[in-house]
Amino acid sequence: MAKKPAKAAPASDDGDFILHSLQEAFEAKKRYAASEAEMLEFYRQMLLIRRFEEKAGQLYGLGLIGGFCHLYIGQEAVAIGLQSALDPDRDSVITGYRDHGHMLAYGIDSKVIMAELTGRESGISRGKGGSMHMFSTEHKFYGGHGIVGAQVALGGGLALAHQYNNDGGLCLAYFGDGAANQGQVYETFNMAALWKLPIVFVIENNGYAMGTAVKRGSAETEFYRRGTAFRIPGMKVNGMDVLEVRAAAEVAFAHARSGKGPVLMECNTYRYRGHSMSDPAKYRTREEVQEQREHHDPIEGLKKTLIEAGKTEDELKAIDKAIRADVAAAADFAETSPEPAPSELYTDVLVGEY
Amino acid sequence: MAIELKMPALSPTMEQGTLAKWLKAEGDRIEPGDIIAEIETDKATMEFEAIDEGVLEKILVPAGTEDVAVGAVIALIAGEGEAPEPAPAPAPKAEKPAPAAVVAAADPAIPAGTNLVSTTVREALRDAMAEEMRRDPRVFVMGEEVAEYQGAYKVTQGLLDEFGPKRVIDTPITEYGFAGIGTGAAMGGLRPIVEFMTFNFAMQAIDHIINSAAKTNYMSGGQMRCPIVFRGPNGAASRVGAQHSQNYGPWYASVPGLIVIAPYDAADAKGLMKAAIRCEDPVVFLENELVYGRSFDVPDVEDYVLPIGKARIMREGKDVTIVSYSIGVGMALEAANTLAGEGIDAEVIDLRTLRPLDKQTVLASLAKTNRLIVAEEGWPTCSIASEIVSICMEEGFDHLDAPVMRVCNEDVPLPYAANLEKLALIDAARIAEAARKVCYK
Repeated sequence: MAKKPAKAAPASDDGDFILHSLQEAFEAKKRYAASEAEMLEFYRQMLLIRRFEEKAGQLYGLGLIGGFCHLYIGQEAVAIGLQSALDPDRDSVITGYRDHGHMLAYGIDSKVIMAELTGRESGISRGKGGSMHMFSTEHKFYGGHGIVGAQVALGGGLALAHQYNNDGGLCLAYFGDGAANQGQVYETFNMAALWKLPIVFVIENNGYAMGTAVKRGSAETEFYRRGTAFRIPGMKVNGMDVLEVRAAAEVAFAHARSGKGPVLMECNTYRYRGHSMSDPAKYRTREEVQEQREHHDPIEGLKKTLIEAGKTEDELKAIDKAIRADVAAAADFAETSPEPAPSELYTDVLVGEY
Repeated sequence: MAIELKMPALSPTMEQGTLAKWLKAEGDRIEPGDIIAEIETDKATMEFEAIDEGVLEKILVPAGTEDVAVGAVIALIAGEGEAPEPAPAPAPKAEKPAPAAVVAAADPAIPAGTNLVSTTVREALRDAMAEEMRRDPRVFVMGEEVAEYQGAYKVTQGLLDEFGPKRVIDTPITEYGFAGIGTGAAMGGLRPIVEFMTFNFAMQAIDHIINSAAKTNYMSGGQMRCPIVFRGPNGAASRVGAQHSQNYGPWYASVPGLIVIAPYDAADAKGLMKAAIRCEDPVVFLENELVYGRSFDVPDVEDYVLPIGKARIMREGKDVTIVSYSIGVGMALEAANTLAGEGIDAEVIDLRTLRPLDKQTVLASLAKTNRLIVAEEGWPTCSIASEIVSICMEEGFDHLDAPVMRVCNEDVPLPYAANLEKLALIDAARIAEAARKVCYK
């Protein structure tokens, strides 16, 4: 956080106030006061991502999913906490290649997502995108991008379109701790701050850029400070707690929507699985992963809160059972749907005919 | 019913591996997320994680077994769940549809008596942008010095005054970033025109032009479009050295998903710029600094829009075809004049669009003249000229009376010294010489 003045000064006198004002607002009310229905919905959505990704990992192991496949297991609270706070009619979202969870957070049918993973005609990109390249313009979800950091500049463009059209929307642009070292991220920070674009930059810091630990790849490991040079206020959020992420989202979105420009939010999270499916798991210990699973798991954490609120194990188990059935149906659909017709090879290269 | 645990593929290319170690024993309770076994390939050791719950009923492949095929059942778990289906057979090889006899739309007829206005290429480009900005509020211009400075080469002169800073946006010097922002804005429904001060600087941004703009429509199964124009001067200017003097036509023209336009005269610059801005696909629009100030007749019609993908016969002839684009067209016309004095009647074709390439016009001309050369202000290796040679070989071989020749710049970075620069670049004399050669004169 930016250095605070020695004695409390009125906000208007503190030149750096803007850099830490959002964090202060967030810390004043750090957990979102979710209703029971909301909590149950967060639980269901996070569990859906978990079970979907577990199934995707299994299908990959069976050779039904090819190429690269990056699972979101462990990071579920980030997408759900943030996206639950969006205005779906106005706001846009863009992310990198670890995108299944963000799609599921929209309630997009798990069948068409899984069918994209297996490369089938019924996939959401008609089998031509794959795991890393999924989009739903209907939901204002703009992908699904495989070049690390590219989605940040593209997100800046989506935010520019919101501002240009004066539609009241904002762009939520996710990227990882690895992408946070790309030059174009800072080019975008500069222009977003300069033009006061309505954008919330979210760094999903899962501790590892592929196999490189944050401290081995980043001179400044407190990523929420990385916008300071552009006067972008930062927020540091526990990305393993969906209610904390949601509370932070409320603060950040209100700021961006009010025309005050971008926000940089760091969500500290953890992925349990490898970077992609072909990950030798040699760069971290099994104990470290186990420690996160046992003590910081976002789903178990919310489960505890729900049980404290009076929900029973059986009620929660019933949710899991329904999700397992949904995911199994998605997997069946994805396995049995036909591959794209050979003629599809030549479609969608260009929109127009010349 | 028991769940079959199968040997996993841990990379797309893995076919078999060693079952190094079992971390669970028969009878052990298994929870999703438990590491059950370690698998070794020649590259790495991987952990095999459970996704089902139950009891490890039977281990079928003991630890230490080598060459276990991917998909082989290695253990059984007692519990509820569903056994996976086998992978379906691979798809048959795609058959490319027979090339349709595409007849590109012809240029609009200019009514007799239409006033022709002498216009510089620079003004024609500006007029095209201004007309399209008046027509469509989604169109805006962004780039370095496009607004208050009035354009580094004055192509955007006057646009700020008419359209204001919301639609004429000065960017910092940050090509990768603003190309990405422009591309994202197109994905978000706007119609950006992104000016690069020169295409040499677009090298910093080429990732967004290719990976983000050109591929998205395909990768999204036609769901997400990217209607954007990337424009700016391209090719050698005058004495600006190697880093500011490259023709990127062949680079962009090699990319499926892009439209690449490189006009020569002012009428084509105007008509094609208007078409590019209306185009639903991403367009790379290559201009030439040395041509900006040249004046040509532009028809004074209400809405002059030209078809993309259609070459133009600049001069009809019967003895030899000279194919060119951009600044090369002027040199080709000059060479044709010289040749005419020697009794060689050259036909000059301006490709205008480099992708999609108008093969029909080139091949029809070859069928008429039986001799063809390509004049290109750019490097010869993997050039547009190379592409034209291939097309003539593959589809026009029976019409050839002589080898197709490339007239390109020398295969060196462009030097600064005036004499060396002159030696490196194509000119009318070299084009004429090549034409004589294929005419065996």
